[in-house]
Amino acid sequence: MTPKRRRLWLLVGSLCVLGAAATLVLSALSDNIVFFYSPSQLAEKHVPPDRRFRIGGLVENGSVQKHGTEVRFRVTDLRQSVEVVYRGILPDLFREGQGVIAEGSLDRDGIFTAREVLAKHDEKYMPPEVAKALKESGRWQEGEETVK
Amino acid sequence: MAALHFLANPARFRRFSQRVLPALWSVTALALAIGLYWGLVIAPPDYQQGDTVRIMFLHVPTASLSMAGYLLLAALGASLLVWRHPLAALMARATAPVGATYAAVCLITGSLWGRPMWGTFWVWDARLTSFLLLFFLYLGHIALNRAYDDPERGDRAAAILAVVGAINVPIIKFSVDWWNTLHQPDSIMRIGGPSIDPSLLWPLFWMMGALALLFVALVLVRTETEIDRRRLEIAENEG
Repeated sequence: MTPKRRRLWLLVGSLCVLGAAATLVLSALSDNIVFFYSPSQLAEKHVPPDRRFRIGGLVENGSVQKHGTEVRFRVTDLRQSVEVVYRGILPDLFREGQGVIAEGSLDRDGIFTAREVLAKHDEKYMPPEVAKALKESGRWQEGEETVK
Repeated sequence: MAALHFLANPARFRRFSQRVLPALWSVTALALAIGLYWGLVIAPPDYQQGDTVRIMFLHVPTASLSMAGYLLLAALGASLLVWRHPLAALMARATAPVGATYAAVCLITGSLWGRPMWGTFWVWDARLTSFLLLFFLYLGHIALNRAYDDPERGDRAAAILAVVGAINVPIIKFSVDWWNTLHQPDSIMRIGGPSIDPSLLWPLFWMMGALALLFVALVLVRTETEIDRRRLEIAENEG
């Protein structure tokens, strides 16, 4: 075996080992890398009250109630939903049917008290006329990609 | 004699790049001018982002190109480590700062977009964190190159970092599929075709091409400089 060959195999070999190591580490940590839980995942997890985490999903249609600075709404993944209370400024994209991520904790009644609400943008980009045409033709599906 | 042999390939490369560069610069300038006008003036606003969508024309190409640039860096690293290709080390020195700059532009534009759209400049989700790591890998490469008195030792150390760090590139790419992230999933390379309207997609592709030309031109001109610098160093050591 020439030195070049040996170095090539050494490189390929160490890359394979490294790749395997990275895969194992990432799959072991996958629960920590997840940025937010969906309401369904939350239902399976039984997170204790007062532990801080993030919840993500769509703002349920017809669920938004505003009392002064306090906003109540439900976050849904179309299977489960969670009630959220938030006091503060909402991002511009916040509205019913929009994907949002809220950070906070559950209280003892299972209501999520949010300290921060972020809007999740989907991967669709189009001019207003196209969005209008899609809505009129009934081919508009709000937030279908946000919920997996 | 050893020095002459060392420069054989780089000298040919230098002649080649000097012939190509003038034309490349003019095409790049023209493509950038057209792309910026198309993206910033002609392209329509987005239905919910409004004019903020125009940040995409810088953000997305710089993201893709800094990732592609890192793969180039890794390939150059491998060809230095395995085949001891003399030009690879010099080109890697030329590439890393360009890639780092592209990554920085991507991070800054993304953050400026995130504030009005998401409501925050920065979050530690998988996509943003792994991309920040790419930026640090570039900086690490630049630092490691210059960390030794013997430039060839620096070249080799940086090459190992480049090859090892390449594992991060697929992690950035698929982070939005593997984990829940705040960052939206891929709009272009997705099942079912791009989810960007053609009126926004074409200027995006154009800017991708224009910024790719700029990347190549910058790498070529910087490689010439690195060749000259190494020649001077060798002449100094021999004289």
